[in-house]
Amino acid sequence: MRNRLLACLCAAFAVGAAHAELKLAFIDPLSGGAASAGVSAQKHVVFFTDAINARGGLNGEKITVLSYDNKVSPQESLIVLKKAIDEGARIVIQGNGSSVAHAITDAVLKHNERNPGKEVLFFNYAAIDPALTNEKCNFWHFRFDADVDMKMHGFTDVITKDRNIHKVYLINQDYSFGKAVAAAATRMLKEKRPDIQIVGDELHPLQKVQDFSPYVAKIKASGADTVITGNWSNDMLLLFKAGKDAGLNVNWFTYYGGGLGSVPAIGKDGVGRLKQITEYHNNVLPALPAEEAAFKKRFTEKADELYYWRLRNMFAMLEAAAKKAGSNDPVKLARALEGMKLDTPLGPMEMRADNHQLLQPLFVSTLSDKTKYDLEASGLGFVTDAKIDADKTALPTTCKMQRP
Amino acid sequence: MELVTFSLLNGAVYGLLLFMLSSGLTLIFSLMGVLNFAHASLFMLGAYFSWQLSRWVGFAPALVLAPLLCGLIGAAIERYGLRAVHARGHVAEILFTFGLSYVIAELVIMGWGRNPIENRVPAMIDFAAFHLFGTSYPFYKVLMTAISVGMFAFLYGAFKRTRLGLVIQAALTHPQMVGALGHDVPRLFVLVFAIGSALAGLAGVIGGFALLTEPNMAANLGPIVFVVVVVGGLGSIPGAFYASMLIGIVQTFAVALDYSMLDLLGAFGVTLTRADRLYEVAAIKIAQAAPIIPYVLLVVMLVVRPRGLLGTRDT
Repeated sequence: MRNRLLACLCAAFAVGAAHAELKLAFIDPLSGGAASAGVSAQKHVVFFTDAINARGGLNGEKITVLSYDNKVSPQESLIVLKKAIDEGARIVIQGNGSSVAHAITDAVLKHNERNPGKEVLFFNYAAIDPALTNEKCNFWHFRFDADVDMKMHGFTDVITKDRNIHKVYLINQDYSFGKAVAAAATRMLKEKRPDIQIVGDELHPLQKVQDFSPYVAKIKASGADTVITGNWSNDMLLLFKAGKDAGLNVNWFTYYGGGLGSVPAIGKDGVGRLKQITEYHNNVLPALPAEEAAFKKRFTEKADELYYWRLRNMFAMLEAAAKKAGSNDPVKLARALEGMKLDTPLGPMEMRADNHQLLQPLFVSTLSDKTKYDLEASGLGFVTDAKIDADKTALPTTCKMQRP
Repeated sequence: MELVTFSLLNGAVYGLLLFMLSSGLTLIFSLMGVLNFAHASLFMLGAYFSWQLSRWVGFAPALVLAPLLCGLIGAAIERYGLRAVHARGHVAEILFTFGLSYVIAELVIMGWGRNPIENRVPAMIDFAAFHLFGTSYPFYKVLMTAISVGMFAFLYGAFKRTRLGLVIQAALTHPQMVGALGHDVPRLFVLVFAIGSALAGLAGVIGGFALLTEPNMAANLGPIVFVVVVVGGLGSIPGAFYASMLIGIVQTFAVALDYSMLDLLGAFGVTLTRADRLYEVAAIKIAQAAPIIPYVLLVVMLVVRPRGLLGTRDT
């Protein structure tokens, strides 16, 4: 008798709760080597969704964020994806690891095909293997970060103008993303500066190498004056550390050299030499944007920097799409997102309808010790070298999207 | 030439770091038969303690205090934990230490957070020891070498030359007899576990700035340490030394080698193209595969010579 009463009460609660919320699943590493990136992104997601909820939510529904730890493993991600969908998530957010993104985009496509009416969207904020918006594109996947080729395009334009660069060493992680970086660098350098010699093309296992000094010794032996790398998280940190120990004197063109912990790892050695290409850094505007000020007020640890401006862009687009569609149904949201144009404090951005790639302004920046705002209390921050407008970042696509 | 020199230096230093870690583990295993999965966790605690203590009392005292703390924790683990579990057999002991490693990792996260902490080389040892071929070699690596060699000398001397060492060696193979002769064998176990843990803690102090100090460091290094212990042979400190040096140097040199099976086949006039089924495997460069070489060595050793290089009994 008591059990039945309890069951009825629980059911009443469940039904009551189900009506008023939109569930988002955040799937990223929350433990293990890449946890610092995943946990930081989680804070951003919570921050932006709380802001949306404070404004009334999306079409009257409050957003609830369910977080799942995937340890950057595609197998683990598929397990938690199933769990997330079972718990009612309609949008899945992931970014760390293109290997994981490939698994999720395939799984989401299959799920949506087999379960019409229960579709799920995949918002990818950091997995930038170009294949995800080219040969592997699908209607349910939206990418909010410029892909490998788009960023390499920006870098190689800068390299083209610098006549002091003669020998380039490529070092990357041995998986789809790292290989894409190496391939893009080789291809674009050959087109734009055929006189540049690529003196090394290194692939090392992902998140496994503890001591990069052998690799640094190799870079030195090659005589390179510039290193191009897509390394992220611990791989970037440890490479910088080993380079600093050995007194490595090169230009660093990195995708994630400004990521958590990397700037303190390279320290003053990086001033004038460490470059990154990102959609934001905290000196890109003369004054700190309101979002960053509020973020830093809420999260006060030294390591808490507003690094993922693209998450701000992602939620701005989601909010606008929900308003335009008048509904939170994933199919309607997806249609509203396609082709959407929005203004941001850094310039206009657009979600391409043909391959679901976000076009946003990109900035090539260099590390400096004379900036207004620094990173992680290190006294060092980035200074913009060049801005690339959103529409100029677009590249041709091979995507042949099939729409429902 | 520079590449060879630096590879040798780096490989030797890495090998010595592995030895610092695995010497304690070999010691504990050879005496007590306990495969201590929490050993790498004590290494991690050593790194965190040294960072925390350095902030309170400076680096030099921390260098002494952190290993002492780890030794005390090790003694407590043995006295209050392992002793109770010992009666239930080896599997229970392994499960206990395995669970302990998880608990320690979570405690570290609770205490210091998930992100790597800025365990920078303390100012008093942060300078270049020497310059070779235009590359600087940091002093802390020299210190690491000195401490590691010192550890080896201490262990070897203590076990072969002192009376206590003699008793411990006897307890290795004949614990009941040693007990019958009036020595307090359980107390011996506590002592050995404490020494092993203190060695791990000391390795952690130095390893903390050579590598990243983060809650994951135990999980990253744990497997390699087992490889060293198995390849070197269970129960042999010199074996652990040779195995660590072998793995350290081979892995470091392997990174410098950009040759793959394709090149080898090419030397015999056989060319493979992308269409051939074995192309993907043959195209793997030795440099790409470098971090898995220790594990390949482990498998080969277990198949060919299960007692390891200098072991006293089979694995």
